Amino acid sequence: MKTFSKAFLAVLAVGTILASGVQAQTLKWARSGDSLTLDPHGQNEGPTTTLNNHIYEALTERDAAGKLGPALAVSWRVLPNDPSVWEFKLRPGVKFHDGTPLTADDVVFSYQRAMQPTSDFKGYLTSVADVTKVDDNTVQIKTKSPDPLLINATNSILIMSKAWAEKNNTTKAQDFKNKEENFAVRNANGTGPFVLVSREPDVKTVMKRNDAYWGKGEVPLQVTEIIYTPIKADATRVAALLSGEIDFVQDVPVQDIAKLKEDQKIRLNSGPENRTIFFGMNVGAADLKSDNVDGKNPFADKRVRQAMNMAVNRAAIQRVVMRGESIPTGVIMPPFVNGWTKELDAVPVGDVAAAKKLMADAGYPNGFSVTLHCPNDRYVNDEAICQAVVGMWAQIGIKVNLVSQSKSIHFPLVLKQPAETDLYMYGWGVPTFDSNYIFTFLYHTREGSLGSSNGTGYSNKELDKKIQSLNIETDTAKRNATIAEIWKVLKDDIVYIPIHNQTLAYAMKKNIDIPVDVSNTPKLKMVKFAN
Amino acid sequence: MFAYALRSLVLGLLVLVAVAFIAFSMFRFVGDPVSNMVGQEATLQDREELAERLGLNDPWPLQFARFMGNAARGEFGVSYRQGRKVSDLIQERLPATVELAVLSAIFSTVFGVMLGIYAAIHRTGFVSNTIMTLSLVGVSLPTFLIGIGLIYVFAVELRMLPSFGRGDVIKIGWWSTGLLTESGLKSLVMPVLTLGFFQLTLIMRLVRSEMLEAMRTDYVRFARARGISERSIQMRHALRNTLVPVVTIAGLQLGSVIAFAIVTETVFQWPGLGSLFVNAVQFADVPVMAAYLMFVASVFVIVSLVVDLLYFVIDPRLRSQSRLGKAH
Repeated sequence: MKTFSKAFLAVLAVGTILASGVQAQTLKWARSGDSLTLDPHGQNEGPTTTLNNHIYEALTERDAAGKLGPALAVSWRVLPNDPSVWEFKLRPGVKFHDGTPLTADDVVFSYQRAMQPTSDFKGYLTSVADVTKVDDNTVQIKTKSPDPLLINATNSILIMSKAWAEKNNTTKAQDFKNKEENFAVRNANGTGPFVLVSREPDVKTVMKRNDAYWGKGEVPLQVTEIIYTPIKADATRVAALLSGEIDFVQDVPVQDIAKLKEDQKIRLNSGPENRTIFFGMNVGAADLKSDNVDGKNPFADKRVRQAMNMAVNRAAIQRVVMRGESIPTGVIMPPFVNGWTKELDAVPVGDVAAAKKLMADAGYPNGFSVTLHCPNDRYVNDEAICQAVVGMWAQIGIKVNLVSQSKSIHFPLVLKQPAETDLYMYGWGVPTFDSNYIFTFLYHTREGSLGSSNGTGYSNKELDKKIQSLNIETDTAKRNATIAEIWKVLKDDIVYIPIHNQTLAYAMKKNIDIPVDVSNTPKLKMVKFAN
Repeated sequence: MFAYALRSLVLGLLVLVAVAFIAFSMFRFVGDPVSNMVGQEATLQDREELAERLGLNDPWPLQFARFMGNAARGEFGVSYRQGRKVSDLIQERLPATVELAVLSAIFSTVFGVMLGIYAAIHRTGFVSNTIMTLSLVGVSLPTFLIGIGLIYVFAVELRMLPSFGRGDVIKIGWWSTGLLTESGLKSLVMPVLTLGFFQLTLIMRLVRSEMLEAMRTDYVRFARARGISERSIQMRHALRNTLVPVVTIAGLQLGSVIAFAIVTETVFQWPGLGSLFVNAVQFADVPVMAAYLMFVASVFVIVSLVVDLLYFVIDPRLRSQSRLGKAH
């Protein structure tokens, strides 16, 4: 009898567990690099924001396709009587991990923290004049002039608890000049779906499910524990997935994709990333430093740029260098960005004969030589792409001297004023999903806070005016028309030579299915386990 | 002997200063950390301000002087990559590297000496020929390949050992050890084999050739003539005389194993100093690179000092010489 009741109890217990579905489901997640800091305003860098988005949340969030939706704010609007004020209604009943409720004070505090000089997110909020609390559930953001696009930045500004930050003396974003570590670098208190359990930087970060999460009924939230491990070596990362020690690998090396696709126990998802790879040319300088043409700049001649654009065989790069894992493009903008059209994206027809003729017309029948700068540890197969185009440009007589080096050396060349490179590889993602972001950083004349990543010296004052008008134009139709006009000019001017949009590949065990996230910030609260 | 140790110590300090000086003259070529530290929205002015605040625009001799001033006070600053104190980072990573290095040094010395003796005594046997051939593989195969090969056999195919990391560690004070847990020990097997394999073959080949040399000397021949057993001749007479060069090599190798376990640590995602350094180089994280190089230099200084002192213990002739020297 005793045995029977024990067995009965056991069956009952198992039944209860199955019925409520509270099996412990740990998800072991690996990618090549670790997050750099837990400070939500410390570093605007891929792996860092991806991890922080599991612990902290913003007013809004983007889904895997990049579509903006509500998060800590349930609704928002531009005040009808004042176009320079955005008003957000906060979600009621949200609690931080330490149990304190989220209020408007926390939002105001977090925005102010993100706007401080040491914050790496201040660039998103340059138009903001003031953030104020209206009542406990309402916040207003006042911009210096009407800013119809402010909403696109709100998903990047994570909200932390004011009381917690004050208690732990971390009201300022982390500062590398400090002698001591900022408390928020390794401790966290957010509202997100997962609670930090432990963190050993570069080794392991453990998070457990937030059982008091506001979105519990809306998202699956089946993962009860996340163990996040950076594994730097490509071969080891893939081996850890194959051996079953890891459930989900985010940075799958291109050379392993085909092999993993064939594996019966592995699911491989791939899709476009919000990042375009392209080459920039120094069109602004009077004379190039690295070329063999005296007294003039061959890149200043549009025919040369046209010829170089035509000489690049994007299909060959996709097939040979990228093993099919890229999407050739004719414009430096991924398809989900506002302003993208099929016509803009049309890839130029590769025609060496026509390109040679253009070169001859421009006065360079025998070509010229120039140095190409390229990173070798930043983009997928970056160095190999450069090697491929060297051969393609050689066909039209341009002798390219390739210099590929670490990102820490490469990017400063482009970002210095004036840029210290004549021809360079660059990649760009559009976190706001709007063309204006591309115009402002890559095409606007380099002056003040504008055109900071424009290393080409390209300057078109008329275009600059149009670009600036986008910041304040509140009529969407008019604004989109201006965007189309600007792109028309730029497509014709060929300041940059677009190559492709990068694709991402995620590999995981068969029982889960994590879609590729265009911003490469997968959200593990959405994971469902198949039986 | 005391004077000798003191002299070595002063020389060691000079080496440290020289290493720091050379390091700082070369950091310019590693790149500019600022572009890694700020997002793509940062303006030219933001970058300039950050560089100015961190003193990156100063000429390198000035940066070097500032670094030495701070280092003398035990102050190494904050990592540009992680925003954490460099001294904390080094202290956190040290146990992983030391455990790995010491175990692989023990492994390579014990097996290297044993196999070396065996190969010297049985010069022509099938077993020793096999050992010698395999040792060639160990000398010539890159560490990276050995590591990946082991991972594919023991982690992916056999699923016996973990492919990455340290497993569970136990904290004893600030020291973390993987020696007390099952997963910790399992995690050590492949990295230790990988890191120790090259050292093992090196020591083995050295012991073998030194042994063969010693077996040909006069005192061994006389010992034989006196009718001393072959075993005793091999172990007591020949082996002892081969030890001086072996200790030198093994000692210096321990230094380089601690300092340059970089490849092994990267392959196995071992959270030691080597992987810390690799990440620092890629990020141009100057404070971490500088502190790491100083640390490595100190390890070499200490190890060579200890090796020098060990000679006195092993070689009686040195002891008597120094005693004679005092008598004069």
